[in-house]
Amino acid sequence: MGAPVKGVQLSRRAVVKGGALTVAFMLGGARGKASAQGAARARVLDPQQVDAFLSVNADGTVTIFSGKVDLGQGLRIAYRQIVAEELGVGLDMINLIEGDTALTPNQGRTSGSNGIQRGGVQLRQAAATARNALFHLAAEKLEVKAEELDLADGVFTARGSGKSIAFAKLIGGRRFDLKVDPKAPLKDPANYSIVGKPLPRPDVPAKCLGRHIYMHDFHLPGMLHARVIRPPALGAKLESVDESSLKAVPGARLVRLKDFLAVVAADEWTAIRGARALQAQWSAGTGLPAQDKLIELLRSDPSISDETLENKGAPVTTKPDGAKSLKASYFWPMQSHASLGPSCAAAYVRGDTATIWTASQGTHGNQTSFARFLGLPKDKVRLIYFEGSGCYGMNGHEDAAADAAIVSRAVGRPVRVQWSREDELGWDPKGPPQLIDIAGSMAPDGRLIDWKTEMWLPERTKGLPYIPLLGPQAAGLDDVAGINAGLIWQNGDPPYAAEHIEVIAHWLKWTPLRPAPLRSPGKPANCYAVESFVDELAAAAGLDPVEVRLRGLKDPRAIEVLKRVAAMMQWQPRPSPGPDKTAAVARGRGIAFTHYKHSETYVAMGMEVAVERASGKIKIETVYCAHDCGQIINPDTVRAQVEGCILQTLSRVLMEEVKFDRDRVTSVDWASYPILRFSDVPRLEIELIDRPKEKPVGAGEAACTAVGAALANAVFDATGARLRTVPFTPERVKATLEGQAS
Amino acid sequence: MASYTLTINGVPRQVAFADPDQPLLYVLRSFGLTATKYGCGVGQCGACMVLIGRQAVPSCITPISSLKGKSITTLEGLAKNGKPHPVQAAFIKEQVPQCGYCTSGIIISAVALLAEKRKPTEADVRTALDRNLCRCGTHVRVIRAVMAAAGRRA
Repeated sequence: MGAPVKGVQLSRRAVVKGGALTVAFMLGGARGKASAQGAARARVLDPQQVDAFLSVNADGTVTIFSGKVDLGQGLRIAYRQIVAEELGVGLDMINLIEGDTALTPNQGRTSGSNGIQRGGVQLRQAAATARNALFHLAAEKLEVKAEELDLADGVFTARGSGKSIAFAKLIGGRRFDLKVDPKAPLKDPANYSIVGKPLPRPDVPAKCLGRHIYMHDFHLPGMLHARVIRPPALGAKLESVDESSLKAVPGARLVRLKDFLAVVAADEWTAIRGARALQAQWSAGTGLPAQDKLIELLRSDPSISDETLENKGAPVTTKPDGAKSLKASYFWPMQSHASLGPSCAAAYVRGDTATIWTASQGTHGNQTSFARFLGLPKDKVRLIYFEGSGCYGMNGHEDAAADAAIVSRAVGRPVRVQWSREDELGWDPKGPPQLIDIAGSMAPDGRLIDWKTEMWLPERTKGLPYIPLLGPQAAGLDDVAGINAGLIWQNGDPPYAAEHIEVIAHWLKWTPLRPAPLRSPGKPANCYAVESFVDELAAAAGLDPVEVRLRGLKDPRAIEVLKRVAAMMQWQPRPSPGPDKTAAVARGRGIAFTHYKHSETYVAMGMEVAVERASGKIKIETVYCAHDCGQIINPDTVRAQVEGCILQTLSRVLMEEVKFDRDRVTSVDWASYPILRFSDVPRLEIELIDRPKEKPVGAGEAACTAVGAALANAVFDATGARLRTVPFTPERVKATLEGQAS
Repeated sequence: MASYTLTINGVPRQVAFADPDQPLLYVLRSFGLTATKYGCGVGQCGACMVLIGRQAVPSCITPISSLKGKSITTLEGLAKNGKPHPVQAAFIKEQVPQCGYCTSGIIISAVALLAEKRKPTEADVRTALDRNLCRCGTHVRVIRAVMAAAGRRA
């Protein structure tokens, strides 16, 4: 093994010069500018190595290198807390570099609510390994036993002699050259002083003062701005372009590769005007189905394969007297990420190298795909994460990055692409439609007897194939292997004991629009169906919804969240619907439970609602949530995530559905794709259960899954009407109340 | 190319434009004032709010040619003598933003509300902010922060 390379301290600095924002990559706190390749050579990227995650710099500061990124969910503080605690340094001594393929290890996408449970746990083990090594180094230097050393703020002190030595002296600027030891002992949570505290996030002041540099604010000298022109109909081919139409916009220039069409200019407004002025002829599109026939089409489309996802227990042959058997069908529509800012990226493709600046949640995963469509070796393509407008899985960030790369290669200059609002809502990959049938029965005492879920899902979401990127497809470049749309079949079975549980997926070849992971992929719909159906059975059996759930659970953590929420709501046991059901404004309460992916976070959620019969409008008064994600690293960021899960999913359940005609998506602004507003926001009562001795699991998704059913169950309790189709618009609620639809 | 002087965050700036319809948003961003964000381009989301005088206005639909002699304040211009505006300080204390893309426009709307109504009720705050969208779901913190900035508890 060669000598450790010095100068691994790489910081990303944003410099404001003459009003323009320039981003420079500086090496080692020193003067020289590092090229991407130079930086890459200096870094260890193998996630089995401590050096991939951590460096102690010559000045004693510590840099965290994280393949996972902060999208606003708080990893920047949580990772610092984990490392400060486990390594024994002060929080303010820690820098963080995120999602740069040349500098950080590949830890997989920042997805599946695994930033802490995977990324944080990896980092913690690396820090524990490092601390162990440093104890031994310090003992050697100070000629004492490791047990005689105290460690605080990156300084070891020998208890007897009082002699001390700092991290910087021991290893500053040099590599550890150590494998991460999976058995390196972790600090006892009883002795924590940093993990578990609600410390403020370092990016918040800059975000409130206007100093945070988003992807959208990125600038390079000589950078051009581009707008990509998407076809007027899905799958349409570009037949001709009238270049003379651009003459009206001086400074705007055309880029065309097959069906990929863009306008480039030195400033963004000129690019926008050019894109508006440009006249192009497109062929007819490949067509979309009639939206009102979508459910029938999903059900009747020949599936490629049927897969039994779950088959527990023996088929039930006899049911007890008085058992209630039901069947119901639930539907969750296509939804957009609806990021508040449209997707944005920049790229500089020159010669045989490409640098892509992107807000993608998976820079590492995209390196191979981008190399492929650019025809470059993977190690010549560097993707660098920059925070964008919030993304909740995969919006258009990857597409915008591909757009920028294609245009940059064509013009030989750095290029920034920002999508329009219409393109964002029209062309971002969508949460797929989910059709779910459930049949099952319940004994008079509330025991589940048998249960069968059938789900109709687009095959792409199964995981194997890909989400094609728009730009390379249109430009006729090698299609790229993208990511799967999330494990959207999970939580399709009830978390309660039953004699027989069966879950079948009908995998469909077809889906109207590109599917992609959208926050807690698939599980808000599955849990909505499962937890609604449990409620339907309980109502049929004339039993209290909380008691029925508690009866079917054995896991004490599951039982605790349910009991907590019931206590928060001062739940009075009785069957649903409640006494209010004929009132003009009917009030009710509902409850739902999830054990996320049957292995992670426990969530119980309750809602109190008032339903106005005449208008069908639901007013959500209070949402209660008890949340157990094991060990909590930072309770305030967990709380913020739970708040976000609840409000974003309420928005999805109450009002969101992608609309389309036979050619294209038509819900392309905030009037046609409305989201939750301040007036709609209920009171939130959240209790977090901290279990420092348990492993930390995710908080960014789990609470989303209980929202739909808690609301539907509350509306049923209030009115006796069962909402089996999302979104619960006033029109749909009213029609359901009038018995015209279900 | 038309040109005139516009006061932005207290500083007179020479503004030159070929297109009289160019929205203020792009002019601000070309000056490096990037806190003001594009969200929708049609005044539906509030991400691009700025103060024109004391009024919160969406800069994405405000043509540059309509602003002669006006005084514009963006998020960057709210701090006084290096001290954050009370609304900014409250947003930091309440740890409001997640992605923060909407934060600039929301703070501007809140500042305009408090300039008009020193002690708003929670209902006033909700109404005033109804034209600002947030996708991450930070609403309850926003309301708490604005009430705190007004010296009230939400």
